Amino acid sequence: MPANPARQTTEVLSNTDFDHRDLDWYIDRGVQILVFLGGISAIVFILGIFIFITKEGLGFILEDFSFREFLFSPTWRPTSELKETYGILALVAGTASVTGLAMLVAIPFSLGTAIFIAEFVDGKTREYLKVTVELLAAIPSVVWGFIGLSIMNPLIIDVFDVPVGLNVLNAGIILGLMAAPIMTSIAEDALKAVPDRYREAAEAMGATHWQVIYKVVLPAAKNGLLGAVLLGVGRGFGETMAVLMATGHSINIPTSVFDSVRALTATIAAELGETAVGSPHYQALFTIGVFLFVITFCINLTADLIVRGIRKE
Amino acid sequence: MVAAPQSPATAKLEVRDLAINYGTKQAVSDISLTIRENEIFGIIGPANAGKTSFLKAINRMEDFDTNMSVAGQILFDGVDTRQVRNVYGLRRRIGVVFPLPVGLPMTVYDNVALAPRLAGVRNKAELNVIVERCLHRAALWDEVKDRLNALGSLLSGGQQQRLTIARALSQEPDLLMLDEFSIAIDPVTTMRIEDVLKELRQEMTIILVTNLVQQARRIADRTAFFLEGSCVEIAPTEDLFTGEVSDQRTRDYVEGRFG
Repeated sequence: MPANPARQTTEVLSNTDFDHRDLDWYIDRGVQILVFLGGISAIVFILGIFIFITKEGLGFILEDFSFREFLFSPTWRPTSELKETYGILALVAGTASVTGLAMLVAIPFSLGTAIFIAEFVDGKTREYLKVTVELLAAIPSVVWGFIGLSIMNPLIIDVFDVPVGLNVLNAGIILGLMAAPIMTSIAEDALKAVPDRYREAAEAMGATHWQVIYKVVLPAAKNGLLGAVLLGVGRGFGETMAVLMATGHSINIPTSVFDSVRALTATIAAELGETAVGSPHYQALFTIGVFLFVITFCINLTADLIVRGIRKE
Repeated sequence: MVAAPQSPATAKLEVRDLAINYGTKQAVSDISLTIRENEIFGIIGPANAGKTSFLKAINRMEDFDTNMSVAGQILFDGVDTRQVRNVYGLRRRIGVVFPLPVGLPMTVYDNVALAPRLAGVRNKAELNVIVERCLHRAALWDEVKDRLNALGSLLSGGQQQRLTIARALSQEPDLLMLDEFSIAIDPVTTMRIEDVLKELRQEMTIILVTNLVQQARRIADRTAFFLEGSCVEIAPTEDLFTGEVSDQRTRDYVEGRFG
């Protein structure tokens, strides 16, 4: 019936039965359910992991656990013959000092690189730089650890004339260099997300290139930049292998950057394989896991609150 | 305001044989005109007539657009803008209002105080005076005086547009270029701003690009009609409307018989 398309349409419309669910309706509902499942699966997995590690560490929390000793004792001696002590203060100090130093290294490097890539170069150069930065981000952490162990270690001993080169300084620099590429990448995305019309408007007013960046682009991108920095902090807390290799792995509350320390993550990695499942030591390690989980959660929550706070203004 | 010594007493801007290309596509060709000190110079014409490109060239905006190339001369106070070494200094003397409002992502106050700050004004009281005066002139003060600390990018479209005007005025420019400043503003407010523009003529030269032929008639001293990248005709504005123009196309456009 090619004669009159208008009439055909009318027929289709008049045939519509509003009580009948057609294929489109079922497809739509099916897709809704699939997307919903995908959406909640992330939450389910996170909850599952949290429940698992809490359960493994629970016996320790309920029975042998002295909250004060765990948090405030600097002595981690889980295999002592006389008295086993599970204090993570020194480990927390180790992780925090290494992460702090890493951020001192990584923030200027990554923000500087991101600003350079996003605001000062164009076209080919920019693509090459981005690819290079992303390649750096793909270097496995054990390779970084190896660099710390075999290059940085003798270098630090030579340059600073200290007996041991595996220390906060070594691990901090290694971790900073490790975190910088991914931070650069995120920060660069944040800068690129600032619309060009802002730049043009400011330049049209006679702002110089640097004034545009400093007064307009950086403030507009501050949420993303903060995100990049917090991602780096998260990386610092969570990084295991490189830290294990470069810190010296000795339990110590550092008083200078030349002290060897041990990180929370490295402790789990080094000791978990040698403990009996279900023993207090095993459970203590899982409690460290819970502790790391809670810290990461707090960092992310803070980031989220800060970002929301900025948005509300 | 001192007239430029090199050129005939009243020329603020002299354009000679201007041609603008985007890649291989020609947007403006062969425009030569003179804009006098302290006049409101209207530019009318349909889309793609080259009006916005013309404004961009004056401000050396081609510097951001590698695709855009400009040939010919634009003399600002007798100085060739292509040869200017400190382009930032040049741009500070030229205020621009873009057709799409761009409230920068900072507070209303900071938006208007940005240009004075860039120029080195640090005194808080002085900044307050400038901000209030510019917002008044842009007919925005009453609406935002209680929320100067709100983000400029969160204002409504029309408010952002007036914020852009206030920002351009805060530069205290010699030359103010308005590109379709009223598309997001209601007629009553538009009239208020037009009155302000008429007063501002004492202090600066104004170029007004507009799609509203009647707006040009209301405030422009002289008006140019651009069509397809060239300037068809320049005449005292009233002449355009009383039919004393030489080109039939101008007459048709003004009377709405175009195309």
